[in-house]
Amino acid sequence: MKAFARLLERLAFTAGRNAKLTILAHYFAATPDPDRGWALAALTGGLDLRQVSPSLLRRLAGERMDAQLFALSYDFVGDLAETISLIWPEATTSGPEVTLSDAVALLRDTGKLALPAAIAQVLDRMTPPERLAFLKLATGNMRVGLSARLARVALAQGSAAQDSARSVEEIEEIWHGLTPPYTALFDWLAGGARPEAAAAAPFRPVMLSTPITPSELAALDPADYIAEWKWDGIRVQAVSEGGMRRLYSRTGEDIGAAFPDLLDALNFEGAVDGELLIRRDGDVAPFADLQKRLGRKLVSKAMLQSHPASLRLYDILTWQGEDLRALPLQDRRARLQAADFDSDRIDLSPLLPFTTWQDLTTLRAAPPAQVIEGVMIKRRTAPYVAGRPRGPWFKWKRDPMVIDAVLLYAQSGHGKRSGFYSDFTFGVWDGPDLVPVGKAYFGFTDEELKELDRFVRKNTTQRYGPVRQLAPLLVVEVAFEGLNLSTRHKAGLAMRFPRISRIRWDKPAAEADHLDTLRTML
Amino acid sequence: MRAEDILYPTEMGLYCAPGDFYIDPLRPVPRALVTHGHADHARPGNAAVMATRQTLEIMAIRYGEDFTASRQIAEGTTRLGGVTVSFHPAGHVLGSAQILITPDNGPRILVSGDYCRAPNPVCLPFEPVACDIFITEATFGLPVFRHPDPIAEAARLLASMAEFPDRPHLVGAYALGKAQRVIALARAAGHHAPIAIHGALKRLCDYHVEQGIDLGPLVSATDPGDAQLILAPPSAFASPWVQRFRDPVIAYASGWMTVRARARQRGVELPLVISDHVDWPQLTATITELAPQEVWITHGTEDGLLRWCEIQGIAARPLRLVGYEDEPE
Ligand SMILES: [Zn+2]
Ligand SMILES: [Zn+2]
Repeated sequence: MKAFARLLERLAFTAGRNAKLTILAHYFAATPDPDRGWALAALTGGLDLRQVSPSLLRRLAGERMDAQLFALSYDFVGDLAETISLIWPEATTSGPEVTLSDAVALLRDTGKLALPAAIAQVLDRMTPPERLAFLKLATGNMRVGLSARLARVALAQGSAAQDSARSVEEIEEIWHGLTPPYTALFDWLAGGARPEAAAAAPFRPVMLSTPITPSELAALDPADYIAEWKWDGIRVQAVSEGGMRRLYSRTGEDIGAAFPDLLDALNFEGAVDGELLIRRDGDVAPFADLQKRLGRKLVSKAMLQSHPASLRLYDILTWQGEDLRALPLQDRRARLQAADFDSDRIDLSPLLPFTTWQDLTTLRAAPPAQVIEGVMIKRRTAPYVAGRPRGPWFKWKRDPMVIDAVLLYAQSGHGKRSGFYSDFTFGVWDGPDLVPVGKAYFGFTDEELKELDRFVRKNTTQRYGPVRQLAPLLVVEVAFEGLNLSTRHKAGLAMRFPRISRIRWDKPAAEADHLDTLRTML
Repeated sequence: MRAEDILYPTEMGLYCAPGDFYIDPLRPVPRALVTHGHADHARPGNAAVMATRQTLEIMAIRYGEDFTASRQIAEGTTRLGGVTVSFHPAGHVLGSAQILITPDNGPRILVSGDYCRAPNPVCLPFEPVACDIFITEATFGLPVFRHPDPIAEAARLLASMAEFPDRPHLVGAYALGKAQRVIALARAAGHHAPIAIHGALKRLCDYHVEQGIDLGPLVSATDPGDAQLILAPPSAFASPWVQRFRDPVIAYASGWMTVRARARQRGVELPLVISDHVDWPQLTATITELAPQEVWITHGTEDGLLRWCEIQGIAARPLRLVGYEDEPE
């Protein structure tokens, strides 16, 4: 448990992506099976353990220590698991280290009645960091800010270091057939045999596009390409094979549980690539509506009624047992058009009629629906390949929305920007007040970063830990891709991909935009 | 004489009436007895100061030779008015002392100042002194504070340096005591390469070396060469000074790093639990060992310690002295 505790602690305090990858790769390289596999499962949400309730933990703590001292401590620390890990009486029993595998077995196999005593016994044998790791595991609350995707990237990097390089796409392809503690996976990553894709309806690594500018486009022959709308939903892969139906995000997360209505509609045998949308009477609803259905474990009947999920197809990967990915796009498109999906929730993303890039420019300027965020341009002859190759697929996004906002708070960055105030919270006017509406970390040049940093240091009015409150003086133009309703933000709105597109040293704060302006953009 | 009449808190700090002196006064007074050189305990401008030789020298380094008109080195026992005082090592920082006040008749009062019981290579160890009234700090006066083995913390620092060989490791540590302790711990854990120090740490590091404490090779952080370990006062991390380092790991050495929310608040990537104050087990063990009739608590998280004393049946009261920081820079 010591190594796992160290891993969690480092991940919890490390913000940089590369640093996280290094920490993970070292952990996987240095930790034996099956512990590293259990750790991988714990970090990627793949562990199904008995959840220990906070009240049980409180009761255990109460048996070991004075209630008043415990209350004072909890009040100071602010986190139950952390308080107990720190305050638990020093180990009295010595013995071999409790391994992560031991901890997993305990939380998986112990009956409800025996659980409290078993937990107390294992806490007695641990150091405070181990206790914290164990209690986080037991309460199902790892919170280390790590995506499953990042863990797989770390595995890919680790395999490269062992001369048996496997790409992250290769890992994703077999991921859903694997189960913790993933010994077959680690064996394969070290040069062993590839695990049989045991899962029915597996995920196929997704093909992604790169951005393109009008001038770059001009150099291409329009006859070599097809174009279609870029729908503002969630890119998904729907797989229905051998009686198993799954809906994957583009990073291979299984998101089917939140969309039972769509799973019901997958009446075919194959794997298709498309956009998940909320559609009412043929009209596609804004992204905010889709957002309401995301991340839910249980979807209410009312929600299924009011926010029906649908699928708009771009591509076809397998059909009735046949893998179509090596075919040129135009052939796949023909197969897609010929396929019968037998559901009114599934339709095809239409191809755009154009012969010159000017035609496409005109189309892009006036999309027929709000929920279109640009056009996709795809080479007719390209096979479907995993990853983000530059060339076969381009995205040409609509121009971003912009507002003028006032910088309100700043926080220093990390990595290359260490010591520079580079993370900004900005706001707009709401009556006489400025309300925060978003955060931006990029969009400015290194030179501008230095100027912003100087501005922050000169205009700090208050400090809260690493955060500085700023005199509301500097206006920045913020570009963003869309707006969603949000209950988490004070202003009730959340921007998508906000970035600082221009610093308006010239503009007085009083002339920044108002919240009403933002609301009209919804 | 009752204890309350011998020593009591005032706006200026703890005042000993029969001796007519203040201990660690907050504002200039005619006669000050100073436990140690931290800025919240040792301030300039007192007419007369009595402290250990090292504390007096540290005050001269920090405030200039004219920090007081009259210096008196504490040695053996000294008669001051109607009491006798003596200084005893506190194990906190170089020169740190506890002050024992013995009245002609009445309880012996021990003012421990800031103190630490963990072995510290940069100062003399804490000396248990028999007393009737024990006056203690309670910086870490909650059972959550159990400082780990400091050498193990230094080993964590070195492990991170090995894990990220291309990233400079910037450790925040205050200039008196903590900086030298972190350096000595890194040496003890096996780091022999030059360590770079921020300009604000230089004079006090030099002073420790003059006092015979081996810190190994030190270089200036303005020209760190290959030094991967850099020490600076925590305030430097909020200044543009830190911008010269590419992708640094920011570490901070403090007892507060036990609590994650505190570490997060500081924006720290590598929290190191290294403290010059007693942790909870040391604090409670010291009280048990000295077995005083009464415990007075100067500052810190006193509620926890008060509760513990209540459970143990030890008379205790808080003095609620203000003006002393938890772990100053
Ligand atoms: Zn001190
Ligand atoms: Zn102090």
